[in-house]
Amino acid sequence: MEDLISILVTTIRVSTPLILACLAGLYSERAGIVDIGLEGKLLGSAFGAAVVAAVTGNVWLGLLAGIGVSLVFSGIHGLASINFRGNQIISGVALNFLASGLTVFLGAAWFGRGGNTPPLSGGARFYAIQLPFARELAGVPVIGPIYSGLISGHTILTYIAFLAVPLTAFVLWRTRFGLRLRAVGENPKALDTAGMSVSWLRYKALAITAVLVGMGGAYLSTAQAASFSREMSSGRGYIALAALIFAKWKPYPALGACLLFGFLEALQYRLQGVSLPVIGPVPTQAMQALPYVLTILLLAGFVGRAIAPKASGQPYVKER
Amino acid sequence: MSSAMPLPRWVDVALLPVLNVTLAFLIGGVVVMIVGENPIEAVRIMLYGAFGYGYGFGFTLYYTTNFIFAGLAVAVAYHGGLFNIGGEGQAYVGGLGAILVALAVGGLHWAFALPLIMISAALFAGVWAFIPGYLQAKRGSHVVITTIMMNFIATSMMSYIISRILKPANVNSDESARIDPLTRVPFLSEWVPLLKNTPVNISFFIALLALVGVYWLIWHTKFGYALRTMGHNGTAAHYAGMSNARLIMITMAISGALAGMVAINDTAGAHGRLLLGYVAGTGFVGIAVAFMGKAHPIGVGLSALLFGVLYQGGQELAFTMPAITREMIVTIQALVILFTGAMSNMLRRPVELAFMAAQSGAERSGSPAEEKRA
Amino acid sequence: MDAVQSDHTRRPVPAAGESLAIELRKINKRFGPVHANKDIDLAVARGTIHGIVGENGAGKSTLMSILYGFYHADSGEIVVGGAPVTIHNSSDALRLGIGMVHQHFMLVDNFTVLENVILGAEDSALLKPSVDKARRELQRLADDYGLNVPVDAVIEDLSVGQQQRVEILKALYRGADILILDEPTGVLTPAEADHLFRVLRTLREEGKTIILITHKLREIMAITDTVSVMRQGQIVETLATASTSPEQLAELMVGRRVLLRVHKEEAKPGAVLLDVKDLVVADDLGTERLKGVSLHVRAGEILGIAGVAGNGQSELLEALSGMRAAKSGTIRLNGEDVTAVNDESAALLRHKGLAHVPEDRIRMGLVTNFYEWENAILGYHDLPKYGKGLSLDVKAARAEAQRHIEKFDIRPANTDLKTANFSGGNQQKIVLAREMERDPDVLIVGQPTRGVDIGAIEFIHNQIIKMRDAGKAILLVSVELDEIRALSDRIVVLFDGHIVGEADPRTADEGELGLLMAGVSQKGAAQSSEANP
Repeated sequence: MEDLISILVTTIRVSTPLILACLAGLYSERAGIVDIGLEGKLLGSAFGAAVVAAVTGNVWLGLLAGIGVSLVFSGIHGLASINFRGNQIISGVALNFLASGLTVFLGAAWFGRGGNTPPLSGGARFYAIQLPFARELAGVPVIGPIYSGLISGHTILTYIAFLAVPLTAFVLWRTRFGLRLRAVGENPKALDTAGMSVSWLRYKALAITAVLVGMGGAYLSTAQAASFSREMSSGRGYIALAALIFAKWKPYPALGACLLFGFLEALQYRLQGVSLPVIGPVPTQAMQALPYVLTILLLAGFVGRAIAPKASGQPYVKER
Repeated sequence: MSSAMPLPRWVDVALLPVLNVTLAFLIGGVVVMIVGENPIEAVRIMLYGAFGYGYGFGFTLYYTTNFIFAGLAVAVAYHGGLFNIGGEGQAYVGGLGAILVALAVGGLHWAFALPLIMISAALFAGVWAFIPGYLQAKRGSHVVITTIMMNFIATSMMSYIISRILKPANVNSDESARIDPLTRVPFLSEWVPLLKNTPVNISFFIALLALVGVYWLIWHTKFGYALRTMGHNGTAAHYAGMSNARLIMITMAISGALAGMVAINDTAGAHGRLLLGYVAGTGFVGIAVAFMGKAHPIGVGLSALLFGVLYQGGQELAFTMPAITREMIVTIQALVILFTGAMSNMLRRPVELAFMAAQSGAERSGSPAEEKRA
Repeated sequence: MDAVQSDHTRRPVPAAGESLAIELRKINKRFGPVHANKDIDLAVARGTIHGIVGENGAGKSTLMSILYGFYHADSGEIVVGGAPVTIHNSSDALRLGIGMVHQHFMLVDNFTVLENVILGAEDSALLKPSVDKARRELQRLADDYGLNVPVDAVIEDLSVGQQQRVEILKALYRGADILILDEPTGVLTPAEADHLFRVLRTLREEGKTIILITHKLREIMAITDTVSVMRQGQIVETLATASTSPEQLAELMVGRRVLLRVHKEEAKPGAVLLDVKDLVVADDLGTERLKGVSLHVRAGEILGIAGVAGNGQSELLEALSGMRAAKSGTIRLNGEDVTAVNDESAALLRHKGLAHVPEDRIRMGLVTNFYEWENAILGYHDLPKYGKGLSLDVKAARAEAQRHIEKFDIRPANTDLKTANFSGGNQQKIVLAREMERDPDVLIVGQPTRGVDIGAIEFIHNQIIKMRDAGKAILLVSVELDEIRALSDRIVVLFDGHIVGEADPRTADEGELGLLMAGVSQKGAAQSSEANP
């Protein structure tokens, strides 16, 4: 039981940035903009958050900076894919390299720690929050470990991530913005001819993407870890993308996919160095690769079928 | 549609790419200024580091070799309308093909071993690229996503293979056994003393041959014609009786095989063994090289050289100006991809307008554009 | 006064004082060197149906796009309801009560009817109130105008006619007083078109103003009160429909007398070269689009396939040309079974003597990014004369292209120009030259003159006749019934994947063909067994 709880706690911890990045991707892809640059945004905002938090000692300013960085990245992506009708995948790839190069380059120039930022402490970090009655309920069987051990004791960003899921579902299916968002990813002309601006709507979606993924990045450097280290996103943006495909661009399945991939990661930490009979040390590499293998199998139609929003990846050309 | 009046060819193939690359470097210069260094001085140091003396020049050529292979891999796929982001993983797996044969034929003279190593590396990397190609062709999974996934899978798989299987008992770091010196691809320094202590090897000439070969393949073979047809218009290819599925799979395999040639230069040559994570971003540089070179072998050759200069000059720069680490190069690489790839229309419009302004009045009669607009 | 007289005696230009719905004054629009709209003056009276006819490229769509805010006129004035207005975008147009039904529907396929209707016209940030309101409103519109659609159905499950009704509902829901319809019947069966016309008449009775853009003169005559003819960016004439004739309109459209008939000798049919038995073909989604089609084409004759677009024509062309596998049935070429088996069959069939001019040259028949010479060998590039083994003989391909240019008068005569820079007619000539110059036994042709200017149409028709007279078997698919009638030696009608009748173009009655195309009558089917030796 305790083992399980501890694996699940880790699952939630490592899933948080995945959920934020995955929902972020959902907004932009639903709007018809493929966002392969999630990885770069995650990395860039982790860096921005850590730098500002380290300099000011205020984690909230750090969070804002993280979001600011991903907003800039989203802006570039928007310029390339909305205004200049460029290839969205190429733009995303470029942004990933930009983050990977700039973070280390600037970090090394500013702090001289080989690209890492100074360790954060005190007000420069997000800390775990104890939910009401967590201590009182800790002793109660079953409920205690689940409520006090599993549900309570995460940072504010984790709770935001989990709340963002129903919120996204609500926005998507119940609001005017959601209706237009889904429409612009399926048939942007329908919006254009109904008198709405396709570009503006797509920029709005990209902005939401930036806010969410910016929180995810800030989480990496100011909550999960206590500083920025080079390449600290280590493929999470791609995993989030995989989760998004896995979830067929829907919010609740996205949560499920992120938790599944998070669980695999947690399991992998847990089994590191553990020796099993017959095969010897657990090949953790196999578990690292599993989310990618699963996504490929899904994409290949061996596990269901993933159909992306129809207009995704195509720049909208207004002239006819 | 956007260009009622077509731009002259030289603008398209030369002026715009040069402008875009210039822009990327200007922004790079600004970033250098942000960290308080002089960009012009930085360029001088880089150029000296890359060309100024034999040692630097050798390294420049060594990097160029890698980037030619990686760039050609992306370029070939691009002509078929496929975006192969998986060069990194394909080159990595190609390293496995190279090392297995190189160790198996250990002691064989390199002149005999090299073709075998090449075939094996091409085969391994080709198969790694063929998988996404197959999935795209037969199952409709987008090659961009699957090649990204395959990169990660390659990383995990190779890390397992190298650390658990290939690593000799007496070695501490994660790497394979060393290739017999007789079998290892020889360094050019054996013949050219100027290149002493540099890893540039015979593979450099193979890369040059690959440039010529790809040019011939794309523009002077029936396969190349079919490939370009598919790249521009898959429906037309189907109409013409070309099998898109087969073309995709073959193209991806060729693309992967080219990426696998990085292993000849590195694993079988410069390193003389298979190192953990040996590709170290070369496959990704290939994306920048291909875009900057407009997927044309001449362009790929030139931009591979430019990136060779950046990489080698960048090392030199990191010595002289410690504030400028080698990640500056990754930044430049990103900007090059951004401007030549994703934002190529940004400068195109103004250039088009400039040309239209220059030509307006010359032609006033009805143009074919009218029909297309209707 | 006009008002008391019947519709058809309305004066072409509304008299002063008559209430105008919309007025355009001296509208000009240029695209680079192209003067797409030249000094357009147009006045449409409230409560009338006004037709705008013209050839492709005459400037109709540009004009309507200006009205709907897609383009901004370079000069001129738009007056709506008596007041000068500027229309910057579609929402301006909608606010002024101008609604548009586009030729290609602007619907979100995986949305419901309700969602599509409220998209962009939502009342609040939450959807619920808008959905409820739209539900009531659509019921009212359905009652008033006979515009019935299942409001909770998803668009992709609806028929084309129903989808068009959704488009009209969208405009009406937004309070449109002026409704612009762009080629509304292109995708409809005659029955659906009739229904549409009934709706339009009802709308007119309710005081709505309708502008109908079409190139079908029959529709103009049937439903409009007044008509403007556009040619080369100008309105050349505005007439009362009652006082004109299709012949006059046609002449005004092209600026000279058109050859309504193609001159051709009696056909001399020979052996059966193409023989199709019980062909069943499904589309990409697995839906059967051909449900057991049998037909044959003889040497030296043209078989015309008539039908409304979307009744299996595309699948027929693709199956015959080897691009699409048949679920069952056989295709015989020169007696040999060539029923498609793999995705390279198209090449195989070409080598066996079947040439294919595709329906959609831009999407299928050409690579617009290629140089002209590259397109001249598309599909034939693997012939030995274009290179031995792997290599491609660029010189030989260029020489071939040069021959095509000379023989088909392709302009500009430049093999090294990107194909995108040729006009529609010349692009079509590039395709025709390529397919005809290989001396095929069988030629299958889809929509040979779609988007082609009138001069090129004549040329293309003559080339097709020439092929027939050279003893080729030709299968012609066209949605233009006039074209089918003018060119074919025999006509079969395709409806819903079946051949529902056969007719002799010399004797066939247009009304009868129309009924067949609508799937109404099976009478022709019985005739066909007699007509078919």
